[in-house]
This record gives sequence, structure tokens and C-alpha cells, in this order.
Amino acid sequence: MNLMDFVRLATHVGLHHFLLFSALLFAIGLFGLLTKKGLIPLLMCVELMLNAVNINLVAFNHYMPVSDYSGQLMAIFAVAVAASEVAVGVALAFRIYRDHGTVDVDELREMKG
Amino acid sequence: MDFPVLSTVLLAPLIAAFALCFVDKENRDLIRKVAAGAMIFALCFTLYAFFNFDTAVGGVQFAEKIPWVEDLGVCYSVGVDGISMPLLLLSDVIGVSAVYTSWNTEKRAKEFFILLLLLIAGVTGTFIARDLFIFLLSYELFVIPVFVMVLVWGSTKRLPKEFVAMKFIVFLLMGSAFMLVGVVLLYVTAYPAGERTFDFEALRLAEEMGHFSEDFQIFAFPLLLLGFGSLLSMFPFHSWSPDGHAAAPTAVSMIHAGILKKLGAYGLIRVGVLLLPLGAKYWSPLIVTTAVMGVLYAAYIVMAQKDLKYIIGYSSVSHMGYILLGIMTLNAISVSGAVANMVAHGMMTALFFSQIGYIYERTHLRSIPELRGLAHYMPHLTIGFMLAGMTSLGLPGLIEFLPEFTIFVGTFGVYPVQALIAIFVIVFTALYVLRLLATLLFGPKDEKFAVVPDEQGVSLVPLLLLGLFIVGFGLFPSLLMNVVNCGIEPLAPLFEKIAAAPTLMGGVR
Amino acid sequence: MFFDFALYHAWLIPLLPALAFLIIGLGTRQNKKTSAIIGITAIGASFLLSLGVVGAVLTKRLVMAAPFVMKTVWAHIGNMDLGMGVLIDPLTAMMLVVVTTVALMVNIYSVGYMAHDPGMGRFFAFLSLFAASMLGLVISLNFLQMYIFWEGVGLCSYLLIGFYYYKISAREAAKKAFITTRIGDFGMLLGILLLQITFGTVDFIELKTLVPNYIWVSGTSFLTVIGLLLFIGPIGKSGQFPLHVWLPDAMEGPTPVSALIHAATMVVAGVYLIGRAYFIFAELPVVLHVIAWLGGFTAFFAATIAITQRPFKRILAYSTISQLGYMMLALGVGSLTASMFHLMTHAFFKALMFLCAGAVIEAMHEEADIFKMGGLRHRMPVTFKCMAIGVVAIAGLPPFAGFFSKDAILAAAAEVSFPLYLLASVTAFMTAFYMSRLLFVAFFGEVRDDCPAQETNAFMRWPLVVLAVLSVVSGAWGHFAGFSDWVFYGVREEEAINWTIAGSSIVLSLFAMWLAYQIYVEKRWSSHQIAKRLGVIYDLSFHAYYIDEIYAFIRELTVDKIGQLALWVDTHIVDGVVHGLGRLTKGLSVLLALPQNGDTQRYVAFFYTGVIALVAYSLFFAVKILAVTGGAF
Repeated sequence: MNLMDFVRLATHVGLHHFLLFSALLFAIGLFGLLTKKGLIPLLMCVELMLNAVNINLVAFNHYMPVSDYSGQLMAIFAVAVAASEVAVGVALAFRIYRDHGTVDVDELREMKG
Repeated sequence: MDFPVLSTVLLAPLIAAFALCFVDKENRDLIRKVAAGAMIFALCFTLYAFFNFDTAVGGVQFAEKIPWVEDLGVCYSVGVDGISMPLLLLSDVIGVSAVYTSWNTEKRAKEFFILLLLLIAGVTGTFIARDLFIFLLSYELFVIPVFVMVLVWGSTKRLPKEFVAMKFIVFLLMGSAFMLVGVVLLYVTAYPAGERTFDFEALRLAEEMGHFSEDFQIFAFPLLLLGFGSLLSMFPFHSWSPDGHAAAPTAVSMIHAGILKKLGAYGLIRVGVLLLPLGAKYWSPLIVTTAVMGVLYAAYIVMAQKDLKYIIGYSSVSHMGYILLGIMTLNAISVSGAVANMVAHGMMTALFFSQIGYIYERTHLRSIPELRGLAHYMPHLTIGFMLAGMTSLGLPGLIEFLPEFTIFVGTFGVYPVQALIAIFVIVFTALYVLRLLATLLFGPKDEKFAVVPDEQGVSLVPLLLLGLFIVGFGLFPSLLMNVVNCGIEPLAPLFEKIAAAPTLMGGVR
Repeated sequence: MFFDFALYHAWLIPLLPALAFLIIGLGTRQNKKTSAIIGITAIGASFLLSLGVVGAVLTKRLVMAAPFVMKTVWAHIGNMDLGMGVLIDPLTAMMLVVVTTVALMVNIYSVGYMAHDPGMGRFFAFLSLFAASMLGLVISLNFLQMYIFWEGVGLCSYLLIGFYYYKISAREAAKKAFITTRIGDFGMLLGILLLQITFGTVDFIELKTLVPNYIWVSGTSFLTVIGLLLFIGPIGKSGQFPLHVWLPDAMEGPTPVSALIHAATMVVAGVYLIGRAYFIFAELPVVLHVIAWLGGFTAFFAATIAITQRPFKRILAYSTISQLGYMMLALGVGSLTASMFHLMTHAFFKALMFLCAGAVIEAMHEEADIFKMGGLRHRMPVTFKCMAIGVVAIAGLPPFAGFFSKDAILAAAAEVSFPLYLLASVTAFMTAFYMSRLLFVAFFGEVRDDCPAQETNAFMRWPLVVLAVLSVVSGAWGHFAGFSDWVFYGVREEEAINWTIAGSSIVLSLFAMWLAYQIYVEKRWSSHQIAKRLGVIYDLSFHAYYIDEIYAFIRELTVDKIGQLALWVDTHIVDGVVHGLGRLTKGLSVLLALPQNGDTQRYVAFFYTGVIALVAYSLFFAVKILAVTGGAF
């Protein structure tokens, strides 16, 4: 690969960029999911990961030779599901806060086997 | 098609259990009457089948067959032959007695009777199934009610009832896991894909045509033995059984010792011996020897026990050893004896447990130094205990003598040493039974039992019903033996065929 | 014709008392009088039928060679046919009439004896059941049927010994009787099984033809084993050494029971069994030897114990053991006739003595020690006379019953073996001595001041008289009317009295009685002094050679200790393995549960580690997958 190729690849926005971007987004979400302590940030991180997937779906739908909009449709579904998920998640978080007085996941250890 | 007698017998408790779901749980009287009614109804049909069983014709009678899952070759196929007919009778007689023994259950009576009926339906289904799949389905079905019943209505003595329930279920499920592997192996080996079936006759045919190689049989038989053997409390896989008896409510003890163990033995004959005769033959010296060890060992343990339920629990381990001995000797006479002994021991041990249950329910005592001199206040109970005890020690004229004698006749020629030990244990049996009876019933008065009422009315039903069969079949054994014979006689060629087959001792015995 | 009727309806003989048992047991148990009437009627009817059967024997309708047989199939298993039925020959007829006579007398006697017992109905039910079982045993057609009723009489014996169930001693005695005889039954059952396996039948008639053929083909060694095993049954039932221990304790039962079961009828079942199966035993010289010597030894051994006992019934019990040994001895030396003859006479005079004992003990308000009695002949003259007849009969003085039968046994023994004859003679001497001792101590001497005894009531008196008459005449009648014409094995035996043997036995008996009279009535020698002089020997005899204690020790060691050991093994090792497996699983699960500490984020981390591992795996094998799918992925 010579330099020009590299520049073309870097400047010409294509599938790779989207994939890289979504992977980055996913990794950020995962990182947050593993490190954050509060429930709300965790939920937000989950959202990030979901959106990374959505980007993939839309990108593939755009760049790959498919006739219909199934990828985009799927993304819309995912958004809708994510919305309800957040609603439930936040409600749960509230509930947990009321019961336990905290939303710190390090202190919520009732799943311990 | 004739009237579906067997389906009626199977469905009566199921329908009653379903109906009970809609009965007000406070209405205990109605609940137990429904349960009793259903069981008596089923018993009547069973008796009809028993007395109309044509011993001249033999074979499978009252058969019904409805295809179910055709892809797998599963049919709802029921019918009885000379082996299962007496056992069906046994399970319904004990079923009725169990309902009457639990007549005064107060705690959650509705759920209790529903589970009891489900349990009885499960064992009924197992005995009448002519299809291995139905057999297994029913076989696994009864474990759940037993587990729940021990857990909720059980009693904690030596071990907590929760622990015992768990031990019970783990033991049985472990056993059935092995058995399941064996059964699946049978199923796939018998016929090529597409022709596969669970039908007993077809599988039997496969064996006759030599589809099961000798090596396969030798490999598969122990799998089945583990399953059925642990259910029939074969030594050394017996330890769940006395604990289970001790913790279980009376009705469950009755069914457990009276029917479930017989189910193990029945399965061993029906699936183990009939489908894998060469495997059975190969392992028989080992199993016969452990069976006899179990007979002696359990009899010894009884000597040291004080708790009535443990005494009868271990004594039934000992008696089941005789049955295993009879089955694994693999000749027509010994197997006839074993089948008849299943009925005999079932009736006897159920009677024992119902009597123990009666006294335990009223005094909450069940160890013998505490219970004593009951004959002064409770003549009926005394008769019950004496009858059960005398049956247990094999008194002629009662049901258990002839089957044991038959087992001995069948075994002695093949395994003289083992038979000798087994026969000697009759002395031990007499010793522990008489010790039990002597301390429990006779001797000086104990005033604290003056307030305990004797068995009357409803609580006499188990004694009368079981006593009728114990004495009736004891005095007129042909009633029972003719039916058993016509189930075993067709197998005589099979036993002759395998008589020369090799065992793990090497050559030909 | 009544004789034929009786023969063809012989199956009714056991059935009638069985019916009486059912009726009393299910219906009239509470009503003493009705129960007694039903019981006596049933046994009375059986008695009449038995007389009819005997009539058939006397009129030569029935001889040993051609028994009367009726047969039905009881159960059919595989290729094994188990029959039930009636086999009547003169031997059976003799047993039938002995059993029904004594049973009838005892039933009548019990009306008086049990009058004040609330359990009288139950008592008559059990007596009827016993009579049914015993008569069923007597008419047995085959070994299995005999074993069935054999156990049946064992059950009745158990129930009746333990009749006073509130007494611990009675309860324990009943248990002991059952278990001791069970040990014997074990051997017998083995013998029957071997017969069934060897011959395919246990029918007496069939075996009678099969056994000689078998011996001709295969010799006697295996049959000897069978014979010895079969003999273990009689050892238990007929109280032979070493299984005799239950019989003295069995005296805990009501006295009529002791008279009927533990003296006259059930205990002779063992003797009868050997007599019935004599066609096997007679072919086996080794077994006969064992029987003869064991019988002789038991007779002697029990007599040595009886000499020092004090309770009235206990003396009689040991004397019963001794007399049963006599019968065994007779069988062993090959004389069926003498044995059965003695069985009959013994049944009468021993039942008589037991019933006397019952009368005395009841009159003494349950005092059983003979040394606390004395002078009873003044208070109870009828009982005394009856008892005296019994003692003279057992001592073997002519013309009483025991003389003829005992002489027959002595003569038979003398023919075969002089040592056995000597043993039997010494035993006879001791028998005469201890029975006279019993009579003299209890009935002679001064009446004690506090003695409450009175003559008994009519119900108890008349059976005594009847049995006393039988004790006098049955021997002479049997001897002169030709008992040996009816009951014999093989060829009829010579019956003339050998006056050398008879004479010496009479002299010995008279001497023994004189000795007893001198010691216990004249008090010429003090019995205490003699006892002290004998020291250890007296002690051993008084404690029955400590056999009970030895057995208790053995039982403790081999049953209870091992039982506890087995229980320990079961709870700690067998169950230990099971629980150990459970614990192992649980331990492993703890190990696996370690990562699952409740920290949600750790779960997430594990999850994604897994995802990455999977992806890496699939990438690594991507080439292979492509190759397999042909690039269509």
C-alpha cells in the first residue's frame, strides 16, 4: 500500500470507517460497563453498545448489495427496544435506590451464588 | 373395541385429582371422600380385570393402543399380562388403603390428596404401560409428588425431612439418568432409523432376532440395573430408602415400600431381563451375591434399630433382596416366586406402615421402648401388627410363605450357597419381628396409652382390606399364582435359552 | 357305614376346629360360654370322626400298606405342583385319636380352669386353631403341607405360651419358643427344598416309590444330608438337645396348654414327622444312628436336670423332653411301633399329670414350688389318685400304660446296641426317681397351715379321671389288642415281652421309688446333704447346665453386636459414601461459584471474555470453515 492509497482510504468515507467507528463506540461502552459503578452510567454504556450495533446495521445496509432496507428497519426496531429497555432499566434503578439506598453495583451483591 | 378397563383405572385418580382442584380447601370431608371414591372405583375395575383375566389364554389382555408421537414410534399402549396384573391389583389395593390411612390429614388436605392421587396414577401407568416411552414417562412422574409430599407433610427424626427429600430425589434421578441412557441405547439399537419404536413387544422381538449383540447387552444391562436397582433398594444402593420411609408421611411410606420398590423390580424384569437376557445372565452371579448380602446385612441392621419406621424400612430392604434374588436367578420358578413375592411383600409392608401410621398419628411416638404394651388397649391394632409381623416372617397360610418358598426352590439348584444364606435369614426375620411385636404389643400396661382410641370405622379399612388379601391369597395361593404363572410360562423358553449363556464367572453355570 | 363316612370326611377333622376358630375369633370372642360350647362341640365332632377312622383301622379297612388318600392341587408354579390333601393310614388314625382325645379333655378342663379369666373366648379360639393345625399336620399328604401346619402349630404355641401377654416372662418365653423352633424349621425347610429339587415332589406316597430307586441308582450319601436336615426340624419341635431350651420356659402358658401342646401333641410332631417319613429314614443308617444317640442322650440329659428342679411344671417339662428323647431313641433303633406306642401312652399320662399340675397350682393360688406344698393328698384326693396313676405309669410299672411302651423301647434298644440300652435303663431309673420325688414331696407329708388347697371343680375333675383310666388301660390294650398289627414299618415286629429286660426295669423302677420314699417321706437321708455333697454336679443340674446363659451370650455376640456393627457401617460407611458424594459435588460447586461473587461487572467481564474467545476461535478456524463450506460463508 503506498501513501496515496492510504490517504484515499483515510479521506474517502467508506464501510471501514463506519465499522471502525462502531467498534470504537462499542469498546467505549464496554469499558464503561466494566468500570462505572453507578447504575445510570451503566445503562448509558449499554445504550452506547446498542448504538454501535445500530451503526453497523445501517452501514452494512448502505454499503452491501441488498435490495431492501432490512438493516435500517432492524436498527429502528433496536432503537425502539432500547428505548423501552432504558425505561425499564431506569425504573428498576429507581426501585433499587428506594430499597437499598444506593445504586452502586459493588454494593448490590445479592446475586452472589 | 371393548370397554377401556385399564384406561378407566388410570384415569380415575387423574380425573379425581383434577376435580379436587376445584373443591373448596376447607371442605375436607368432601375432598377425602372424592379421593376415596375414585380409588374404590379404580379398585373395582382392577378387581374386575383380575378376576376376568383369562389364565387359559395368557398373553397381554385388556389391551388398548392409540398412536401418539408417530415420528418417534410412541404409542399410548396399555395392557396387562400375568406379571403386571397382580401388581396392578397391588397398587390399587394399597392406593385405597393409603387414602384411608391419610383420612385424618389436616394440613393442606386438598393438596395432599391431589398429590396422592397423582402418585397412584403414576404407578398405575407404569404397571399397565406396554410402551417403553409411556413406561418411562409414568416412571419419572411419581418422583415429583413423593418429593413434595416428603417435604411438606414429612416428619423430621434422625435427619431433617428436607435433607431426606433431597437425598431421595437425587438418588432416584441419578439412577434414572443411567437408566435413561440404557433405554435410549436400546431404542436406537433395536431398529434402524425410521422403523424405531418403543413398543415392548417389538423390542422383545428385536432381542429375539438378535439385534442386541451380547456385548451390547453386557454393557447396557448395568445401566438399567443402576436405575431399577436403586429404586428397589438394592444393596448397596439402598440407603435412601429407610431414611425416606422414616421421613415420609404414612401414605407415602406405604406406597413407597409397597409399590415403588416393586416398580423397580418390575422394570428390572420387563426391561432388564426380557430385553437384555444375555446381559442379565452375564451379571447374575454378582447381583445374586449382592442381593443375598443385602438380605443378611439389612436383617442385621434391623436388630439394632429402635424406630419402627426404620425397622420396617430396613426389613423391606432385606425382603427386596429376596425378590432381586428370585429375579436374577433367571429361571421360571424363581421369577414366578419373585413376582408373587412383590405382591406379598407389598401388601405386608403396607399393612405394617398403616398400623405404624395409625399409632404415630395419635401418639407421635414410634420407637419401641416408648411404645409398649399396646395390646392392653388396642386389640385391633394388635391384630394388625400381628398379621403383618407373621406375614413378614413367612408364616404359612399367609401370603408371603409360598412366594418365598418358590424363590428358594428356584434358587437353590442354581446358587446353593447364596440360597442357603437367604434361607437362614428367615431365622433372623423371625427374631427381629418377634422382638418388635413382643416389646410393642405385649408386656406390662402403660397408662399413657389408655386415652388412645383403638382402630375403629374408617381407620380399620386398611387392616381389613389388606388383611383380606393377605389371608385370602395365603390360604388360596392359586388365585394369585395362576395369574403369575400365565405371565411367566411363556418366558420359559427364554430362560432355557440363556441357561447356557456365559456369566462373568466365565464358563457355563 | 359310619367308618367309611368318617374316612371319606376325614378332611372335616381339622376343618371343624378351624371353623370354630373363625366363629369364635370373629363373633363370640366376648361371650365366654358360647365360645366354650363352640370350641368343645367342634373338637368333639372331630373326636367322633377320629373314632370312626380308628374304627376303619380296627375293622382292617385300612392297613399301613394301603393308605387312604385324597388330594387336591393347592398351588401350581412352573412345573411344580404343590398338593394338599388327606393321607390316612393306621399311624394317622392313632395320632388323630390321641390328639382329639387329649384336646377334647383339655377343652373341657379349660372351662373350669379359665372360668375367671376375661380372655377365655380368645383362649378357646386359640385352642381351636391349634387343634385345627395339629390335625392338619397329622393328616398331611406331603412334606410341604406338613411344614405349613407345622408352622401353624408353632404359631398357636407362640400365641398360647404368651397368652398372659402382660407377663414379661410369658412374652419372652413365647418369643423364645418360636425362634428356637424356627432354627429347627430352617433345617427342615432346607431338607424339603432339597427333596423337591431332587425328586420334583414332596408327596409321601410318590417319594415312597421314588426313594428306593434313587438309592439303588445314586446311593445314600446325598439322602443322608437330606435326612439330617429334615431331622433338625424335629430337634427343634420335639425339644431335643441342643434346641430343647424353649420347652421348660413354655410352661409360662396356661397349664391346659402345657398339657395339650407342650406334652401330649405338638411336641410329638417331630417324632410323628420321622415316623411319617420313616421310609426315608429307615434307609439311612447314619441318620438313624444320629437319631438314636441324640434321642438317648436327650433322654438322659433331661432326666439329670429334672431331678433337681423345684417348680411342679418344670419337672414335668424336663420329663417331657426326656420321654421325647425316648421316642427318638426308639425310632433310631428302628422300631416305629415302639416309638408310636410310647407316643400314645405318653400323651395320655403326661397330659394327665399336667392337668393335675394345673389343678394343684390353681388350688395353691399360683404357687408352683413343690417344696412349698405337702400333704395335698388329704386335701385333693381325686387329683392325688390321678397323679399317682400318672407317676406309676411313667415309672413303668405293670399293668400301667408306660410299662408296655417303655418295655418295647428298651427291648428294641437292647437288640441294636447295648450302650443305648444301658443309657435308656439309667434314664428309666432316674425317671422313676424324680417323678416319685415330685409325688412324695407335693402330696405326702403334713399339710401346711397356710395351705389353701381344695379339691377342684367337676369340669376339671372328670377329664382327669378319663385320662387316668386311659393311662391305666391304653398300654395293656395296645399290647394285647395288637397295636403292632396296625402301626409298623416294613415287617410286623415281635411283641412278646422280654421278661429279662422287663423284669430288670421293674426292679430298677421299684428301687428308685423306694429310694425317693426314703429320702422325701421317711427323711432317712437329708436331700440337702446329698445336694451339698454333690456340689458342682448339683449346681449344673439345677441351672440346666447353664445352657440358657451360654445361648444368650452367643446370641448377644452373633446377633446384637454384629447388628450394631452393621448399623454403624450403614450410617457411617454406606451412607457416608453417599453423603460424601453429595458433599463432593457441593465442594466442587463452591469452586465454580467462586467467580460468581455477585459483582455484576465481573459477570460482564466473563461474558465478553467468552465472546472474544469465541470470535478468536472462529477466526482461527476461519480457513477451515471456508474450506468446508466452499467459501459460501
